[in-house]
Amino acid sequence: MNPTFIIARLTFREAVRRRIVLTALILGASFLIIFSIGIHLVAGQISQVSPRGYASIAQSEGINFLLLAGLYTITFLSVAMGALISADTLAGEINSGTIQSVVTKPVRRADVVLGKWLGFAGLLAIYILLMAGGVVISVKLQANYMAPNLIRGFGLIYLESLTMMTVALMLSSRFSALATGGAVFGLYGLAFIGGWVEQFGSFIQSQTTVYIGIISSLIFPCEAIWRRAAYEMQSPLSGVLGMSPFSAISVPSALMIVYAIIYALVALALTFSIFSHRDL
Amino acid sequence: MTFAIETNQLRKVFGDNAAVKSLTLQVQQGEVFGFLGPNGAGKTTSIKMLLSLIAPTSGKASLLGASLGDRTVRARIGFLPEHFRFHDWLSADEFLTLHGQLYGMTPKELRQRINELLEMVGLTPFRNKQLRTFSKGMMQRIGLAQALLNKPDLVFLDEPTSGLDPVGRRLVRDIIHDLRRRGTCVFLNSHLLSEIEVTCDRVAFIKHGEVIRVVELKTLEDVKASVTIRAKGLTPEMINGLSQWGQDVRVDDEHVSMAVANEMVLPEITRYLVAQGADVFAVTPQRLSLEELFIQVLGTDGSL
Repeated sequence: MNPTFIIARLTFREAVRRRIVLTALILGASFLIIFSIGIHLVAGQISQVSPRGYASIAQSEGINFLLLAGLYTITFLSVAMGALISADTLAGEINSGTIQSVVTKPVRRADVVLGKWLGFAGLLAIYILLMAGGVVISVKLQANYMAPNLIRGFGLIYLESLTMMTVALMLSSRFSALATGGAVFGLYGLAFIGGWVEQFGSFIQSQTTVYIGIISSLIFPCEAIWRRAAYEMQSPLSGVLGMSPFSAISVPSALMIVYAIIYALVALALTFSIFSHRDL
Repeated sequence: MTFAIETNQLRKVFGDNAAVKSLTLQVQQGEVFGFLGPNGAGKTTSIKMLLSLIAPTSGKASLLGASLGDRTVRARIGFLPEHFRFHDWLSADEFLTLHGQLYGMTPKELRQRINELLEMVGLTPFRNKQLRTFSKGMMQRIGLAQALLNKPDLVFLDEPTSGLDPVGRRLVRDIIHDLRRRGTCVFLNSHLLSEIEVTCDRVAFIKHGEVIRVVELKTLEDVKASVTIRAKGLTPEMINGLSQWGQDVRVDDEHVSMAVANEMVLPEITRYLVAQGADVFAVTPQRLSLEELFIQVLGTDGSL
């Protein structure tokens, strides 16, 4: 059997055994229930409170807003999950010495890294499919609304969580779990505020402010990927009408998405290199 | 014949501190080799270098004829780390399956081997229990089983009896004897002298990451020994007569102690006493123990 596959399966099994999956599923189900109740109430009442003649627009705009708010939350949760599951994996096993009996077997160290990466990538894929799928289905059933470009949007959300997970894995191959966690959430915060600065800059048409946002996205592209995902899935009107955390005015270009993919691949390659050369 | 382990001026420096100064040694295939030294002598660092867990700063080494880091050779090597921890949410069976798969074993040979090994280390009744519920001794046993999964040609055991009770220690000793019988080379890292003494063919004394001396333990039998005799009905003439085999004859009631040239004279002494009419209850040789040798070679100052 391929060593990468053995490690990937082990990683998957560990998440199940250590109740990470169960916890995520229970909390995820609670989230979906709250979300569904909210959608149910809003879908029933929004047309009654909106100005005469605008009911259907208000309905679809309001529902789209809530849908994106739901997806944004899931994006954040999947990013946090990506960081948390991978921050301790290499650091923890190096620290405890568990890794010693693994890498002295006839396997490459890169097999271990890739196996863990694939295991986490599989977990994140399932998590996002269940949660984001749950949100979309709930909205469809209760408000009969579908956002545009769902597949592209889901793909981008997945890319964002993968990028976060890979960066955490890379740092965890060199630093402690705590330092890794602190670093990736620090980077996320930086990209987040940079994204907001960019939004405002774009609103008041200040080019310098937009550059600040772009630079912060280059440092850590996660928030930019979300804004692209929001742009893909928002209703055509909301992009024109206003600004919210769940919509995008200043839209990251397709080039930024390519950049994010390269960013994650480089992080993965660095993880191979760091982990292969370090003393254990 | 290629050596099981061959190192040439292997060196590892952490910062300003040379953990292993210059390790040069040769270990034959099929022998049980003891690696003995005070705490901090660089024993574990040496093993980690040999297993490519850490990269040597300089020097050369080979395992079973292949240079360090050769992946195919690792399929023929077993390793029990010191203070090891394993994925403790796995059951004993799953744990051995995982490591067997990493060795590239087929499901069929793995099944059979796991049954054998669990039986050997006495953990068959616990095969479906999670490792987290295991005692320290049970963990050591399962770790040992893990190191032998692939029927290795060379096994590294880093302090294999730490945390084991006397029964467990006996088990490890028996396993090592068994491995020797099968021609497996065992590299035993230990600070327990008695353990090295009863299991090893040769022992290297390590200090500051250098081999101070390599001793064949069989030759210890030829060295000067002292003997204690317990007998009743000893007369002064008999005591005088004993001095033809040694010096420093001392008598304390029914105990006689004396220094002899080697153990070969013990049967003669016994025959002599019996012929003279004494009732001999015990003739106990006290060989120069490894402990005395340890102090002689490495000094009493420990690692400093």
